Amino acid sequence: MSRTPGLTVPNRSTEGGYARGGALKGLPGYNFAFLDEVTKRMIRRTLLKAVAIPGHQIPFASREMPLPYGWGTGGIQITASIIGPDDVLKVIDQGADDTTNAVSIRSFFRKTAGVATTTRTGEATVIQTRHRIPEQPLREDQILVYQVPIPEPLRFIEPREEECGKVHAWADYGIMYVKLYEDVARTGRIATTFDYPVVVNGRYVMSPSPIPKFDTPKMHRMPALQLFGAGREKRIYAVPPYTDVKPLDFEDVPFEIERWSRCCALCGATEHYLDEIVTDDVGGRRFVCSDSDACAQRRAKAARDLSGNS
Amino acid sequence: MYVAAKGGEKAIANAHRFLAEKRRGNPQLPEMSVEQIREQLGLAVDRVMAEGSLYDRNLAALAVKQAQGDLVEAAFLLRAYRTTLPRFSPSPVVDTGSMRVLRRISAAYKDLPGGQVLGPTYDYSHRLLDFSLMEPEAFAANVVYLVDKMIALPSRIPRLTEIVGSDDLVETPQEEPDQDPPVPDITEEPLEFPASRSARLQALARGDEGFLLGLAYSAQRGFGFQGHPFVGEIRMGYVPVEVELPGEDVKVRIGSILVTECTMLSRAEETGGCPFGFVQGYGLVFGANERKAMAMALVDRALRSRELGEEVRYPAQDEEYVLRHCDNVESSGFVQHLKLPHYVDFQAELVHVRRRDVKKSQGADDQGPSSVGSAGEG
Amino acid sequence: MAFSSESSNQAEWAAKEPVLRAVRLSHFYGQRVGCAGVSLDLWPGEVLGIVGESGSGKSTLLRCLSGWQEPSQGRVQIRREGEVLDLYALEESVRRRLLRTQIGVVFQRAEEGVRMRVSAGGNIGERLMAEGMRHYGRLRESARRWMERVELDPARLDDLPCTYSGGMLQRLQIAKNLVTEPRLLFLDEPTTGLDVSVQARLLDLLRRLVREMNLSVVMVTHDLAVARVLAHRLLVMMGGQVVEEGLMDRVLDDPQHPYTQLLVSSRLVA
Repeated sequence: MSRTPGLTVPNRSTEGGYARGGALKGLPGYNFAFLDEVTKRMIRRTLLKAVAIPGHQIPFASREMPLPYGWGTGGIQITASIIGPDDVLKVIDQGADDTTNAVSIRSFFRKTAGVATTTRTGEATVIQTRHRIPEQPLREDQILVYQVPIPEPLRFIEPREEECGKVHAWADYGIMYVKLYEDVARTGRIATTFDYPVVVNGRYVMSPSPIPKFDTPKMHRMPALQLFGAGREKRIYAVPPYTDVKPLDFEDVPFEIERWSRCCALCGATEHYLDEIVTDDVGGRRFVCSDSDACAQRRAKAARDLSGNS
Repeated sequence: MYVAAKGGEKAIANAHRFLAEKRRGNPQLPEMSVEQIREQLGLAVDRVMAEGSLYDRNLAALAVKQAQGDLVEAAFLLRAYRTTLPRFSPSPVVDTGSMRVLRRISAAYKDLPGGQVLGPTYDYSHRLLDFSLMEPEAFAANVVYLVDKMIALPSRIPRLTEIVGSDDLVETPQEEPDQDPPVPDITEEPLEFPASRSARLQALARGDEGFLLGLAYSAQRGFGFQGHPFVGEIRMGYVPVEVELPGEDVKVRIGSILVTECTMLSRAEETGGCPFGFVQGYGLVFGANERKAMAMALVDRALRSRELGEEVRYPAQDEEYVLRHCDNVESSGFVQHLKLPHYVDFQAELVHVRRRDVKKSQGADDQGPSSVGSAGEG
Repeated sequence: MAFSSESSNQAEWAAKEPVLRAVRLSHFYGQRVGCAGVSLDLWPGEVLGIVGESGSGKSTLLRCLSGWQEPSQGRVQIRREGEVLDLYALEESVRRRLLRTQIGVVFQRAEEGVRMRVSAGGNIGERLMAEGMRHYGRLRESARRWMERVELDPARLDDLPCTYSGGMLQRLQIAKNLVTEPRLLFLDEPTTGLDVSVQARLLDLLRRLVREMNLSVVMVTHDLAVARVLAHRLLVMMGGQVVEEGLMDRVLDDPQHPYTQLLVSSRLVA
């Protein structure tokens, strides 16, 4: 509320937390990793609750961030709350490290927390992602932070929060199956292709965020901790390591994932999720890995093998 | 070809440089100062303070400058800055009755204690472009401010509800019972439904002016509560803000802020069992922001339908609908996030849609998932 | 009054075992009275008609009885496998479960009871899915069987309800409600607005299902002709209160209360 008549730049000392002692690099005038320590504690408390009730959405007092809502503010707040000076951060969007928003978020943390960043999945301790799970299996010492636009898996079936809350509380999920039933009745199979609803730990139905269903099986009993942040919708939820994550399906119409008969045009992978690239205006197409790191690793390995053989 | 689809750090840096050039405009012309914006684009600054939810004229003016006059973007800048500010304590409730009014009108009563004060208003101006403003005037050295010539007003002008609230005619606001803390802070506690009225009013006070205006208008046109609303009172002016010193029973005045307050009166549906002849809709906004204060008061009234036992039928009466969608930092972010790449999800849909088409053309039964990609080879 | 079961003791209640009991039900909308002090019992296999003009409180009473509207005062008890459940004292999750397994409600406006943007099959299967059925083939089989049972063409299983006629929609509502084989069925003006011939066929269907499934039914109607076809016993409501009660023939042929007399005579005139 200060009114500075001389229009000076606000001069605020950094708070406690990691910034204490001034040993850390960060943005002048801001706390380590942007958020103040009180907010970080609030978010960490929410995370603990989320881990204790796998798949259950916990409301939290989401802050306005310097990036717009819908652009990963939930994930950014979680990352800001858990990241320490020794962490190595990887940020991907659509599987790639070099997409504009991934670049922007990575540089935000470099600027405000001065942490090391990487594009290598294996080297990262914290991976913030939008819409993909890395192809390379994650380990126990890694944390995967998802950016979530709509945390409520029931939203397009029942828009009202009050009603959704009751459905979750009573595990009264019949209406979710009505939607699946309609899909199968109309198209012969389940039409949901991304953000495929899952049951976590046999209890809560959860949105896995808009990852393609190709990635859904990777969540099942993943060794890494999975944290989900929805900034605009003000919800946090989690899947602890080695927790059951099962996609909703019918006994006789099982869940299935996308497959390509083509391989990646760059690395030749057939088991990765592929992006389609339009190469000309007469229907030319190429397929390349959406996970830029997995693609690069595979190419590097191929090059090594080749030189080793010769 | 592959790289072109994805953007790099360099592209972003260049975009920001380009933006800075566009912001500056023609470098032959003098650059506008933050002080000029603060003084000469005061209503823009007021709106940014209200929706940015931070009372600081200089920072709001800076935001307007930085956002090239995009007020929604400016409000966002201010909000993101606000996030990082330490919070000391809530102030005691401001007493708008002790407002130093610049404007004060009632459309319900012809005259009332304290009188009607027209103040600086566009209401009765003819909306003719004033071409004389095209030529900057020379600075008048011996200007006499109208404010200084104003007849001294009483130090305390009672609010309408204080004047007529003694009988059951007009509802007097009640403190909400059993609420802890008495006034929740929606930036500290997530908003959940049903929300308390004070939480609702906070959300509306920082809500998007355009959205609230549209909703208020819809309520007025019959898509809302029944009955004609009356402007009980609008007042705009400076109210003192105090803080309580921790541990001591002393209040200290830390300054005063410009606010606009609107009290809207309307009948409640009699079937609902409301004991008052008229109930209130309330609006209070930072700055000179009359349209917003009025829209807020109308929407507040519409949102009271449930509590007043009226049928909730229309968007303006629907708490979750209004409060979840009125914040322009939220709505602007989410609408615009559609610009972010969605290659992966689009690809997933593409695979699904192609497979459907293949199925149709072959008239075959389930082909099994492994045949999916072949559709994409065209 | 004779129909008030307030005085009946526990022994009587156990011996006769009504499936539904309302005790001094009242509901107010602000100052306005929906229904006031209504007590009633519903017996196994019985069809109870509630008649009265619009605004008499009969629809409010039905909503309170069927678990859709918590009354301002009074209790609703439901007997399930020997235990008596107080409908509104139950936790809401238990009540919802009870509503979808033990109770069916057919509304006058089909949109209230049918999801118009979900296929007929999805509508019929909804309760089964809520009860945990996860086999697509079996869900469709049940839906198809029920369509036949309510005389709908199973070929229209995947059609949206908005393509159905008024009479078909009511049949769909009935199928959707009976698929979990509830014991209690509530009908709110089920034939109002339908052609006379469609009405007659629908009433035939209802009568057959009531017999086959040994359903206990509460039916609200303003149409005494409809009541005569289906009901065993009648309650006459006026201004939110029950003014007369008795076996259907007795009430219609020998009405005691002046209001009932007016109702009956106005029907004859009309």
